[in-house]
Amino acid sequence: MPDLGLEVLLKGQNMERLLIGLLAALKISLVSVAVSLPLGILLGTLMTWKNPFIKAVLRVYLEIIRIMPQMVLLFLVFFGTTRAFGWDLSGESASVIVFSLWGTAEMSDLVRGALISIPLHQYESGEALGLSKVQIYRYIVVPQTLRRLIPLSINLITRMIKTTSLVLMIGVVEILKVAQQIIEANRTASPNAAFGIYLVVFLLYFFACWPISVAARYLEKRWR
Amino acid sequence: MSLEFITKYLPLYEKAAWLTVRIGFAGVVLSIVIGLLCAAIQYYRIPVLSGLTAVYIELSRNTPLLVQLFFLYYGLPKIGVRTDAQVCGMAGLAFLGGSYMAEAFRSGLEAVEKIQMESAQSLGMNRYQTMRYVILPQAFSISVPAFVANVIFLLKETSVFSAISLMDLMFTAKDLIGLYYKMTESLFLLVVFYLIILLPVSILGAALERRVRYAGFGA
Repeated sequence: MPDLGLEVLLKGQNMERLLIGLLAALKISLVSVAVSLPLGILLGTLMTWKNPFIKAVLRVYLEIIRIMPQMVLLFLVFFGTTRAFGWDLSGESASVIVFSLWGTAEMSDLVRGALISIPLHQYESGEALGLSKVQIYRYIVVPQTLRRLIPLSINLITRMIKTTSLVLMIGVVEILKVAQQIIEANRTASPNAAFGIYLVVFLLYFFACWPISVAARYLEKRWR
Repeated sequence: MSLEFITKYLPLYEKAAWLTVRIGFAGVVLSIVIGLLCAAIQYYRIPVLSGLTAVYIELSRNTPLLVQLFFLYYGLPKIGVRTDAQVCGMAGLAFLGGSYMAEAFRSGLEAVEKIQMESAQSLGMNRYQTMRYVILPQAFSISVPAFVANVIFLLKETSVFSAISLMDLMFTAKDLIGLYYKMTESLFLLVVFYLIILLPVSILGAALERRVRYAGFGA
C-alpha cells in the first residue's frame, strides 16, 4: 500500500510545521476579529442614527465591501495600494487590513439589524416607567441586543477564520503553503502524500471552526 | 491608466468572466439540488440519511472552499479519482453550496408553524395538498433572503478557482500583473468585471425579496 501522506506527516517536524501554519492563519483572523468587533459595533450604532449623511456614507462603504469577493479586496490592497501610495506592505498586513475592513462592514450590519429588531414599544415603555435615556439603553436595549448579536458575531468569527485561507494567494506562508512545501519536499519518497496531507489540512480547519459554530448554535437556541 | 492596454486585454477578461459565470451557474444549480434533497431528508427525519446529511453539512460549512478544492484537485487524483479543473470547481462549489442551501431551505420549512399543517388537515387536505398549497409557499418566501445571500456568496467564492489553475478573472488579473506590471489597469478591469457579474444578481435578488414578502401568516 503506497503511503498516502501519513508517514510523511509523522516524519520529522512535519505535523508541527502544519500546526504552526494553522496558527499563522488563525493569528491573522483573530487580529482582524479584534479590530472588527469594536469598530463594527460603533459603525452599526451610527447606522441607526437619523443623520442622513452618516447613513449614506456607511451604506456605501458596506455595499462596496460586500459586493466584492474578498480575494479581489486582497488584490486591491496588496497590489493596488502598494502601487498607488508607494508603501511597502507585507502579505500579513494587507490581509489584516482587508479582513478588518470586511469584518467591520459585516459586523456593523449585524449590529444594525439587532438594534432595529428591538421594537419601539420597548423604548416607550422604558420612558413611561421614568427611566433616563442611559438607563433605557443599559437595562433594556443593550441586553436584548446582545442576546441577538452574540450568536451572529460568533458565526462571523468562523467565517473570518475560513476566509483567512485566501491569504495563500498573496504569498503569506500559512497552513496550505506549508502543506505544499511538505508535499513538494517528499515528492520522490511519497508521491501520493498530497491526499493525506490535504485531508489533514481539511480536518484541522474543521476542528478549528466546528466548536465555535456549535457554541453559536447553542447560544442561539438558549437565548431565543 | 492606459486605454490601449485595457482594450487590448478586454477579450481576455471577457473569456475569463464567462468561465466564472458558467462554473458559478452550474455550481449554484447543483447546490440548489443538493440543498433541496438534504432539506427534505432532514425535514422528514429519514433515518441514517439524515445523520449522514448532518455530518456533510457540518463538514462543508466549517471548512474553506479553497481547502476543499485543494483536496479535490490535488488530493483525490492520488487515490485514482482524476477530474479536470472545471469539473473540480463545480464539484467544490456544489459541495460548499449544498449545505448552505440546505440550511436556508430547512429553516424556511421549520419556520412554518405547526398550526398551519393542522388547520390544512382539518380542512380535509391530504399530505400532498398540505405541502403544495400551505407549507411550501410559506417556506419558500421565508427562505428567499437566505437563498439570495447564498447565491451571491457562492458567486463570490468562485474567485478562489485560480488556485486550481482555472483561468478565471483572478487568474487573468494575476497573470497580467505578473507579465506586464500593469497594476492599475489589471485591477480596474478585475473590479469592473466582477461588478458586471455581481451587481445584476444583487439587484435581482433584492427585487425577488420584495416580491415574495407578502407571506406572513401565523407569524
